[in-house]
Amino acid sequence: MTVTEAQFREALLDPDAPVPAGLVSATGAPAGARYSVYRNNVTVSLCQALATAFPLVAKLLGPENFAGLSKLYVRQHPPTSQLMMFYGTEFPEFLGGIASLAHLGYLPDCARLDLALRQSYHAADGVALDPAELQMDPALLAGLRLAPAPATRVLRSSWPLFDLWRYNTEAGAPKPRAVAQDVLITRPEFDPVPVLLPAGAAAWLDALARGMTLGEANDAALRDTADFDLSAALSTALQTKSLSTLKKDKTL
Amino acid sequence: MLDTSGRYDHLPDAPGVGYKPQHFTDLMRDPGPVAWLEIHAENYMGDGGRPLAQLRALSEIFAISVHGVGLSIGGEARPDPDHLARLRHLTGWLKPSSFSEHLAWSTHGAEFMNDLLPLPYTGATLTRVAAHIDEVQSALGCRMLLENPSSYLAFAESTWSETDFLKELAKRTGCGLLLDINNVFISATNLGYSPREYIDAFPLDAVGEMHVGGHDEDKDDDGGPLLIDSHAKPVVDPVWALLRHTLAASGPKPVLVEWDNDVPDWPVLRDEARRASDILQPAE
Repeated sequence: MTVTEAQFREALLDPDAPVPAGLVSATGAPAGARYSVYRNNVTVSLCQALATAFPLVAKLLGPENFAGLSKLYVRQHPPTSQLMMFYGTEFPEFLGGIASLAHLGYLPDCARLDLALRQSYHAADGVALDPAELQMDPALLAGLRLAPAPATRVLRSSWPLFDLWRYNTEAGAPKPRAVAQDVLITRPEFDPVPVLLPAGAAAWLDALARGMTLGEANDAALRDTADFDLSAALSTALQTKSLSTLKKDKTL
Repeated sequence: MLDTSGRYDHLPDAPGVGYKPQHFTDLMRDPGPVAWLEIHAENYMGDGGRPLAQLRALSEIFAISVHGVGLSIGGEARPDPDHLARLRHLTGWLKPSSFSEHLAWSTHGAEFMNDLLPLPYTGATLTRVAAHIDEVQSALGCRMLLENPSSYLAFAESTWSETDFLKELAKRTGCGLLLDINNVFISATNLGYSPREYIDAFPLDAVGEMHVGGHDEDKDDDGGPLLIDSHAKPVVDPVWALLRHTLAASGPKPVLVEWDNDVPDWPVLRDEARRASDILQPAE
């Protein structure tokens, strides 16, 4: 009686599947509860990974709801990489597909925020753009290509995403307003920080990330948001160290 | 970056602890008897940020053991080449004093189960695991240590004892062994054999490192003891006694205290390391 890996795996995430025959106790009795140790280890460790990875979603849902949804998610989407730090990339879409959560329309974007914070935490180190590097002829400036720092992430939301994050993480923060908000994630040193972006700045940063010049990115942002204010966007990006240095030599 | 190559070409015969980021500052200030640290390889495969910065700083002071949990060496499939490449990158820049993995599997097809799952001990699995170890050692360019698992059940089809299986793997591949004393105690209790007999049958000459850690106690379907390898508690006295018994036979070895869940404040873990130190260096 052999037990293949596929047979062992089959019953791991399915509590109703029978324990494979051929797994035994010391006396040769069927493994029963002994097999359940592996079942429990796998489910608990994956659910814990999600709870660590999605603190905002966990806060919004409460521990019981979050645990129930996590169990469902880990069965439907077991990890496909050994790097557990990035587990849960499909969690936002998964949450968006749960009918009973339809009244919490902002939940998928909150999951995207949690995901972006974690990606930023593990992103490559970089040297931030020094504002002094931009002191040049305005004509040259328009042709400059500025790249977001490796740890920079931008989220566009039709929900008050920044307010939701702040209200659920900061004591005494104001209640979320009914507005659409774009959020910049930046990592000044080691800890990623969400920052509320001025209107159009997300489109501007996106254009820069796609390799457009400052002039082209400004045009793209103006097409997105008619009253886009370049100086406000640039000042937010510089203050939060969201752009990479122009220096070619990036050795630390 | 400083060149640390050759600083620690092997782990010292002294206590180490499993590194937890919350202990970073305490470790830098007050390591107690701790001479080396073990990290889980997969937690340091991001591109940058605090984890890698801390690891660079720690590696200037402590010898580092890289302990993988994701290679699935005991699995049916060959080790994932992408994951091997990530390990090669990590061990390439870090130049650790040791690399170890488990006699277990964790990947099936495209899925990673995030647990150390058991395999039967047969002639066929022996050949397969030996080939996987060969592949890992040649990819990383170093000798690896293979760890004995904690077992909750057995395979009816097994034809080898675990100690013979590990001894034969070491002989065929030249790999070393990581002897987890807590795992021996757990498996022996769960599968009804003597932990001392297991140790006495173990090829201690091949051991490059030992582990001790805490476990939880549960019951099986018939009310018999079922110990769970939780790494969430202090090491129990019988495991310390088994470590003493093993070291008396093997001579001094690097001994790691593992505490991965419900991680205590630093002084508690440091005191566990001190206990290991006392066993390694008995008072005259």
